[in-house]
Amino acid sequence: MNVNVTQESNYTLLQASGDVDGATAPTLQEAVLDAAEPGCRLLLDMSEVTYMSSAGLRIMLLLYRQITAGKGKAILVGLSEDLQDTMSATGFLKFFTLADDIAGGVIALDAS
Amino acid sequence: MAMDQRIDGYPTHEYEGYPLRPGKPLPFGASIVPGGINFSIYSSAATSCTLVLFNKREKAPFVEIPFFEEFRIGDVFAMTVFGLNWEEIEYGYRMDGPFDPEQGHRFDKTKILMDPYARVIGGREVWGVVPDWNDPYQHRARLVLDDFDWEHDKPLETPTEDLVIYEMHVRSFTAHESSGVSKRARGTFAGIIDKIPYLQALGVNCVELLPVYEFDEFENSRINQQTGETLYNYWGYSTLGFFAPKAGFAATGKFNMQVDEFKNLVKQLHAAGIEVMLDVVFNHTAEGNERGPYISFRGLDNKIYYMLTPEGYYFNFSGTGNTLNCNNPIVRGMVLDCLRYWAAEYHIDGFRFDLASILGRAPNGAPLSNPPLLEQLAYDPILAHCKLVAEAWDAGGLYQVGSFPAYNRWAEWNGKYRDGVRKFVKGEPGMVGDIAQRIQGSPDLYASRGPTASINFITAHDGFTLIDLVSYNDKHNEANGENGGDGANDNNSWNCGWEGQTEDAGINALRRQQVKNFAALMMVSQGIPMILMGDEVGRTQYGNNNTYCHDNELNWFDWRQTETDADLLRFFQRIVAFRRAHPILRNRYFLSHRDYLGLGAPDISFHGTQPGSPDWSDGSRTLAFMLNGDYARGGSLRDDYIYVAMNMHWDTVGFTPPELPDGLRWHVTANTGVPSPHDIWDPGSEPVLSDRSVLLGGRSVVILVGR
Repeated sequence: MNVNVTQESNYTLLQASGDVDGATAPTLQEAVLDAAEPGCRLLLDMSEVTYMSSAGLRIMLLLYRQITAGKGKAILVGLSEDLQDTMSATGFLKFFTLADDIAGGVIALDAS
Repeated sequence: MAMDQRIDGYPTHEYEGYPLRPGKPLPFGASIVPGGINFSIYSSAATSCTLVLFNKREKAPFVEIPFFEEFRIGDVFAMTVFGLNWEEIEYGYRMDGPFDPEQGHRFDKTKILMDPYARVIGGREVWGVVPDWNDPYQHRARLVLDDFDWEHDKPLETPTEDLVIYEMHVRSFTAHESSGVSKRARGTFAGIIDKIPYLQALGVNCVELLPVYEFDEFENSRINQQTGETLYNYWGYSTLGFFAPKAGFAATGKFNMQVDEFKNLVKQLHAAGIEVMLDVVFNHTAEGNERGPYISFRGLDNKIYYMLTPEGYYFNFSGTGNTLNCNNPIVRGMVLDCLRYWAAEYHIDGFRFDLASILGRAPNGAPLSNPPLLEQLAYDPILAHCKLVAEAWDAGGLYQVGSFPAYNRWAEWNGKYRDGVRKFVKGEPGMVGDIAQRIQGSPDLYASRGPTASINFITAHDGFTLIDLVSYNDKHNEANGENGGDGANDNNSWNCGWEGQTEDAGINALRRQQVKNFAALMMVSQGIPMILMGDEVGRTQYGNNNTYCHDNELNWFDWRQTETDADLLRFFQRIVAFRRAHPILRNRYFLSHRDYLGLGAPDISFHGTQPGSPDWSDGSRTLAFMLNGDYARGGSLRDDYIYVAMNMHWDTVGFTPPELPDGLRWHVTANTGVPSPHDIWDPGSEPVLSDRSVLLGGRSVVILVGR
């Protein structure tokens, strides 16, 4: 698993790739929570994530709680159908705004 | 203070490179603690214990760590292991100790044993996937954080008298492709969420789920020689672990997200005003008798967890090989921990206890007059607002309907309601007096407890479905592969003139009318009605009254029936709505037959074909009663008058209802003898009763409202 953080002019882009499992989740979690500061504008790009375990899913829940507490914004980009199914079945897909790609994510950030 | 500043965040011991520390004996089970995992396991008779750790799904452990002598406090082995990734491991125990069945001990250190407190259990993550029987550790304890985001949800605490229960099986509800649920979510917790609007339209406000604790659908699975189909432990009345939800019921089970998925189901049902009651099976475990497998309890502390004969064999009050020793103080504690966990962590609203009379037996099997477990559950602070419902009998001959030790808390599946109403609707003579009691919530059984002690049902998972009850005289259980010998014989069923399915329009019409009679009687009875999943659309099991082993159309809800049998569904929806609209039907206390507030008529009065003249004779098959709506909830609410006439004779009979006070008129809400859609009317659209009397066709029920 790799995570790249890019600071754009008006948002932060986090791009994860590979397997997010119990072993690699802490790395992603650290990057996400670092970025989720009060008032943040975040795009979390998951389009290159090949597998996500429950530890990975929990990161998104943590992100949601951080964002809610700090009045920031976060958009999830490029979630696989599998991942969306899992998040839907466990009830937290509706916490998030989704976008198909980064361009769509930027629009969603401005709209939300 | 940060957690890493705690002294106990550091190891003091080491074994093969794994840093350790003496653990904390409470809570039992495996808990995630700063830097590691705390393992705590009880055994009164083991001489030593070893923790066995696996990487997820691997057959061979990566390490086995013995509990050091100083890690044992009392009879509890407790140890913290540092540096483990809780999401990636599975754990079990080996217990050494005597193998001496006559003394009750069956220790075998070659077996890897599951933690009874395991909150997630691996090994059967996807329903129906054939397990690897060579794996020495079949049901594998895992960990979970239990930090679900409930937002503002809490248990609904719906007043018991207002409940309308729907008994359903998680998989059966949406497994059929006609459910319209996405393929991945069919037959799962998530699938139920898609059908919440259906449940709301039906009007039920509580779902009672057949067992959802982890079980093994492959327990005693076999091939049906006639059909070649696999027969499963489908219903799941055979618990592996009392703290873990069934992974195979979760669309996300393969990601170990079943805990969150089930909690989300509860949360969504609550948001729709629907309570969740669990059918819990504390009377036995999946370990069977002395020939059964070592899964957990048998190898941990056989003598404590099971009721044993003086010779060391297993008592079999459950009919399944063993009996959990519920009134042993240790086992009692586990049951209490379990129910508290489900109430607190899963927001469960109530529990229905399978073969609950076993919970009132002493360790030697004798029924107790004051069973500690039942008393403890009745008075527990965390369970204080949970509904507690007993199946008040067991397979050892104890039958306690009306006499279950209730502590003013327990309700019962009222088997006498089921039997009495079945006989009455079937047309048996001599039932009118019995029916008068059942209609009132069975004051003959629950005098000191009130009608909310009575769960009124006609059908349940055990036995015929409602349409089969009026289509079969005898059970037809050949598909179960037991030569048709299994299942109950005392069904009180009547096939209306032909055994099984028929094209005869007259017979089919009568059957539907009988189904509506049952639905109507259940919804106008005081007490708590319970509908069996699918009865509202005439779901058939083709005469099979014990479909415990079928993962197919015998159990599945065929959603096409919501269209083909829309007339029945329509009747059910409206009769449930009628009950929910009229508080006079849902009293907390028994009606008194007196006009104690001077409101013009008694709260309830019985009548015959003429007002004030009920026919209690042995040959009678007719009865009517009137409720004075001003006595709703003991006179605290205003409701309409309700008059119900029941003619279970095959001939037409005229009934004259009592006169109403000036200005009120009788309106016809329902007449089961009239074809749909004029069998039941929406509120406000009911026709006024034009004559002084109403003619009831053979085997029909009429409901009038006076307003």
